[in-house]
Amino acid sequence: MAAHVSSVATVAETEAAIYVAPQWKLVWWKFRKHRLALISGIVVVLIYLVAALVEFLAPFPADKTDSRYLYAPPQPLHLTVERGRPQLYVYGYTSKIDPVALRRTFVVDPSVKVPVGFFVKGYSYKLFGLFPADRHLVGPLDPEQPMFLLGADRLGRDALSRLIVGTRVSMSIGLIGVALSLVLGIVLGGLSGYYGGALDTIIQRAIEFVRSVPSIPLWMGLAAALPLNWPPDRVYFAITVILSLVGWTGLARVVRGRFLALREEDFVMAALLDGASRSRIIFRHMLPAFTSHIIAAITLAIPGMILSETALSFLGLGLREPVVSWGVLLQGAQDIRAIATAPWLLIPALAVVVSVLALNFLGDGLRDAADPYAR
Amino acid sequence: MWQYILRRMVLMVPTLLVTAIVAFIVIQLPPGDFATSYMANLAAQGDQASLEAAQQLRDQYGLDKPVYVQFGKWISGIVLRGDFGMAFEMRQPVSQLIWERVWLTVILSLASVVITWLVAFPVGIYSAVKQYSLGDYLFTFLGFVGVSLPAFLLALVVMYIHFKYLGVTLGGLFSSEYVNAPWSWARVGDLVQHIWIPVLILAVGGTAELIRIMRANLLDELRKPYVITARAKGLPEWKVLLKYPVRLALNPFISTVGWTLPALVSGSIILSVVMNLPTTGPMMLRALQAQDMYLAGALILILSVLTILGTLISDILLAWLDPRIRLQ
Repeated sequence: MAAHVSSVATVAETEAAIYVAPQWKLVWWKFRKHRLALISGIVVVLIYLVAALVEFLAPFPADKTDSRYLYAPPQPLHLTVERGRPQLYVYGYTSKIDPVALRRTFVVDPSVKVPVGFFVKGYSYKLFGLFPADRHLVGPLDPEQPMFLLGADRLGRDALSRLIVGTRVSMSIGLIGVALSLVLGIVLGGLSGYYGGALDTIIQRAIEFVRSVPSIPLWMGLAAALPLNWPPDRVYFAITVILSLVGWTGLARVVRGRFLALREEDFVMAALLDGASRSRIIFRHMLPAFTSHIIAAITLAIPGMILSETALSFLGLGLREPVVSWGVLLQGAQDIRAIATAPWLLIPALAVVVSVLALNFLGDGLRDAADPYAR
Repeated sequence: MWQYILRRMVLMVPTLLVTAIVAFIVIQLPPGDFATSYMANLAAQGDQASLEAAQQLRDQYGLDKPVYVQFGKWISGIVLRGDFGMAFEMRQPVSQLIWERVWLTVILSLASVVITWLVAFPVGIYSAVKQYSLGDYLFTFLGFVGVSLPAFLLALVVMYIHFKYLGVTLGGLFSSEYVNAPWSWARVGDLVQHIWIPVLILAVGGTAELIRIMRANLLDELRKPYVITARAKGLPEWKVLLKYPVRLALNPFISTVGWTLPALVSGSIILSVVMNLPTTGPMMLRALQAQDMYLAGALILILSVLTILGTLISDILLAWLDPRIRLQ
């Protein structure tokens, strides 16, 4: 009986909590129920953490070549106990020239052990561009020894380090591109939804047009026109602009739809009767009411940006060396012979798929949670 | 119905015009005019090019005139004579180079749409009817993976596996003896033998998307009271399912063509580059790299126009299937 009473009390308490909870709390409670989205959210945070801590996580600089280890295969990490202390190590390589293919092939040599440790000293860098440091999460104790956990590419560069460095460019181009298309989407979608009429028709036609044309040929055409002598950061920015020129339509649709729905709400009418200005109604009353929808739409728009950047760079029309992005890395895997020699060159594709998948799941969960009052 | 078709076609005219303008802008983007780059290209190949020939080209395409005159000459040449300008790298009119590739692109894309339908229809119904079953979870998960895995990355993996286990490289649409052969039934058969792998790879993304939509729509329909009524009247389960809910849930098959088609054409371009298919993809990439802009512009224009036409056809089909749409 007592248990029964207390359970009734907790139910009443949780219900009371629901009534007084602010909106973000309701969104969070609803989002929490979507397990896959929650896990994906953690994965996304981890990926962005990698992007932030590139220098610390990458064992070697991305452009460090080593002609002794062209296309060296990945070395698995091993653990041994030496004199009572655990010690990580990788096996060294012995290389021989393949007389038929006339190229160097590597055999893992179990007699050579390269000791590996955590927080080892390596090349020096500035963490977040501010704090000078030279420690790296993982690396060979002797920096001159080879350690290629994910293999090496055609110039003997460490694939793991390049993958980590590429994370920063690929993930940030998604964010910046979406930020640019968000500006376009909010302005055009907002105008379209708030004013309606002829302006709405024109903007809707423009959206339909952009959506009905295949985007890759258009992107290719625009990207190919970028001068070859531009510095990398300008190319980076130009590519983001090109991507967002086509990517804004989805966001504009969400914004317009929400504006149309909210325009008729009582609180907007009340604000109007109170004599609030238009911009105050839009930014103070309407925008906060659908921030959660915008966040969900943004999350769902980032994967498209990442995939497009990968596709363009893969074709050689997007970012170029020495910039390292996942698409640039995959350029090395364009030729089937190269993949057959070094299948680990395809690992950046896995990174692309994992991050896109995680962002899609996360966006899906956010979209469901965006309107916590819906049944 | 005819009124609806007419209205849609009138609405299409400005879209086509904007498409042409965008394609023309792409042509105009690289510095220098076309005759200059044509001459530079000839000179680079060691040919003596006369100034008169350059002037003749300038006159023909109105390159000395203002931009809108150039655009007028370019577009009227296309519409009236089918003349897309010169591809200077091949030194042939664009129109002689592209059509076989364009048709192969169309065949590839359409075949992918059909495969998308054939797979998504039964799987979507299964997923909705057996909601939350193991199979449903499996297909939902595969669907998400399919949406996140672009065709060209999938192609790379497939090509690697094929090469590793069969020792043969995968790619192209014809066996070597048919690459330059004239069209014959044997060549068509050879095409069919080669095209199914890229078609399947290309169809994965769209299929995944369509399964999700089909499942969601059918689930909505199945919850409606008329389904319960039908069951209460003792209709066999397959009839309850197929008679109304499936028919109503079928709309997205047609309506999504409007945006799966652009995605398919986009995907086919990169896929063709990776798998070395003789479609428009590799030709366009090559043209853009060489700044062979009339060729690139023509390909962008044709691909966009065909996509818009495909969308139009799907809209008309949808209006024919669903009277609610044409009466709006």
